[in-house]
Amino acid sequence: MTKSELIEALAKKQPHLALKDVELAVKCIIEKMNQALSSGKRIEIRGFGSFSLHKRSPRMGRNPKTGETVALSEKHVPHFKPGKELRDRVDEARENFEIMD
Amino acid sequence: MALTKADFAEKLFDELGLNKREAKEMVELFFEEIKSSLEEGKQVKISGFGKFELRDKSSRPGRNPKTGEEIPITARRVVTFRSGQKLKARVETYAGAEQ
Repeated sequence: MTKSELIEALAKKQPHLALKDVELAVKCIIEKMNQALSSGKRIEIRGFGSFSLHKRSPRMGRNPKTGETVALSEKHVPHFKPGKELRDRVDEARENFEIMD
Repeated sequence: MALTKADFAEKLFDELGLNKREAKEMVELFFEEIKSSLEEGKQVKISGFGKFELRDKSSRPGRNPKTGEEIPITARRVVTFRSGQKLKARVETYAGAEQ
């Protein structure tokens, strides 16, 4: 499922809203999530999961092409922990559905 | 304070002029739609954010960390998230206080 398919599916479930408004709403939610995470804020959605940042310590890395050593500074990476309802639903349905894009 | 569904609904109310009920419903449906897609085995790719992927894990031996007792971990399907380039780049530079 892609973002545009998500928008279409949501529009079908809210026929009182214009497709354009659903599209704006989806973009608005995504932008809010991006903003929160890039300012170090956690996101907690009950039943869905939580997003947070994990710290990566500074380390010496290597350029895989040249073998040259490079110093990599500390950084943060986004992390998602699925909530219980999502975990259970996905696992319980696994025998009925193949994984696909 | 962590962001919750109420914060997203408020943003939709403030910025798009949806009424409170519509805004709340939109946020509920947004996360529900992703959940049902994943439930049906369909991975979800949201450009500008990231991809929710599914993985089938086979069973493996496990251990109760408290008692040391061996218990098998059953085969299961799990959800993983891979952040997109744009989000990764925005987050990487974050250097503020720990959450």
